[in-house]
Amino acid sequence: MRDFYGTTLANGFMLGTAQYPSPAILAEAFKRSGASVATVSLRRESGQDRAGQDFWAMIKGLGVHILPNTAGCHSVKEAVTTAHMAREVFDTKWIKLEVIGEEDTLQPDVFGLTEAARILTEDGFQVFPYTTEDLVVADKLLNAGCEVLMPWGAPIGSGLGLNNLFGLRAMRAHFPDVPLVIDAGLGLPSQAAQAMELGYDAVLLNTAVAKAGDPALMAEAFATAIAAGKQAAEADPMEPRDMAAPSTPVIGKAFLS
Amino acid sequence: MTDVTIIGAGVAGLCVARSLMDRGAQVRLIDRAGDVGPHACSWWAGGMLAPHCEGESAEEPVIRLGQEAADWWDRQTGVVHRHGSLVVSANRDRADITRFARRTSHYKEVNAVEIEALEPDLGARFSKGLYFESEAHLAPRAALAKLRAGLVRGGATFEQAEADPADFAAKGLTVDCRGFAARDTNADLRGVKGEMLVLSCPDVTLTRPIRLLHPRIPLYIVPRGDGIYMLGATMIEAAASKHVTARALLELLSAAYALNPAFGEAEVLEIGVDSRPAFADNLPRIRRNGNLITANGLFRHGFLLAPALARMVAEVIFDNETPEVMDEAAA
Repeated sequence: MRDFYGTTLANGFMLGTAQYPSPAILAEAFKRSGASVATVSLRRESGQDRAGQDFWAMIKGLGVHILPNTAGCHSVKEAVTTAHMAREVFDTKWIKLEVIGEEDTLQPDVFGLTEAARILTEDGFQVFPYTTEDLVVADKLLNAGCEVLMPWGAPIGSGLGLNNLFGLRAMRAHFPDVPLVIDAGLGLPSQAAQAMELGYDAVLLNTAVAKAGDPALMAEAFATAIAAGKQAAEADPMEPRDMAAPSTPVIGKAFLS
Repeated sequence: MTDVTIIGAGVAGLCVARSLMDRGAQVRLIDRAGDVGPHACSWWAGGMLAPHCEGESAEEPVIRLGQEAADWWDRQTGVVHRHGSLVVSANRDRADITRFARRTSHYKEVNAVEIEALEPDLGARFSKGLYFESEAHLAPRAALAKLRAGLVRGGATFEQAEADPADFAAKGLTVDCRGFAARDTNADLRGVKGEMLVLSCPDVTLTRPIRLLHPRIPLYIVPRGDGIYMLGATMIEAAASKHVTARALLELLSAAYALNPAFGEAEVLEIGVDSRPAFADNLPRIRRNGNLITANGLFRHGFLLAPALARMVAEVIFDNETPEVMDEAAA
């Protein structure tokens, strides 16, 4: 089992904490999901005067691992500052590093990402970089000190699922020892199951649960799918083939008549 | 005649005062500024009386209790505009309209022609929308002023004091309507920051509140009359509320510009920020501890839910009832 900077997670479900109708519904969704990690974003302004502390106290009270993120940061400097704030507020070395390069697709700026990852790693952070499925970028992130990679499934909040199956499969094959997390773009539990079937170690999602009509029920649906996908990967699935393969013997049957 | 002291002259305090006076109480209002004003978050409210639209993210009681609001405000102040509300999105965000429609009711789907007929100044920019015909809106400050005037006519008094509700409760029946300031005795109350703008834009004529859906930057714009518009939207889980961020301003203004480019020529009259009091489920609560009753947690639904909350406070006092939002546990 691949671990995350020395931490073994009970399951591969990382759930975001934004956009829920109310904190009470958020808490219920976490309870029903059994998610092992909560991601939480720090807006810079509220970090400075600790204004968000009621909300953060509630997140801490969920009793799961906390992965603060630098959501909404567009530059290396912004991301690094936010990461420092997060370390102080949540007392953790973990940081989900987001450096947004394109406002419309929220695509990561992989150049800024690599630089910020290097700066933060040197400063003792354990970086979870939000990246694409590009293998060269992935390699540079590992060289910068990252021990986890989080490629996107599809643009943040789009709910499109795994857009580049080939690329994600290649990434798994290319980095067999690196914990990989599908981060962003999932809309349905079946897509999360698919990610786990590919051999990914976890999925990270937020909108698909928070914006569902019944967030807690959707959280539970994702938990079930993630568990199923993980079991399937461990069970070593059959290889697909082009021809039908009868599962009962045909010898002695009148199949030639 | 029952004497009641009400602490806090925001929308909750004034509505509670009105409903208690209507039941025969003699009331006095104690407020840290002495009167209705910008220290209350209701001063900065949108004033949308839109229970069905709120159903998109709010729990069922908000939709049901909110339906009392338009009639109540009309009766008490006469400043309610009943022109419905309109929900639109840019064509690329049409999935958000579909989602909004699935979560709400009491609307009519409208196409580009119908949207233009309702609001000619939106032109043909939006091809699909939802029209909530039964909804209404009001200008918050005008409504608060009317409500206040009616209270004074009925014999209510306003006093300035930094009041500790417990001191007043020791002397008589007291209702704590201080909003987020009541955090001192309600540890589970949190502040949700909201940011708003008031624009003057006589070039644009809108008749009803418009909600522009967007996956990241939802906007609502409420006409105040005479070419004045209130823009709002942001919801940040943070209590401190001194200043609006540049990002919030940029987002609000660019959303307004998307609604109608003429907003680019608008003059910015006011920039406001407040901290809305909310409990974990974003629903209001009434709590009673002997002579001290707390009515709080209206979240972003001050004008929408204060009439129902005030009615229920009166039921607690005069009918000894336990209304649905009564919560003894944490008092």
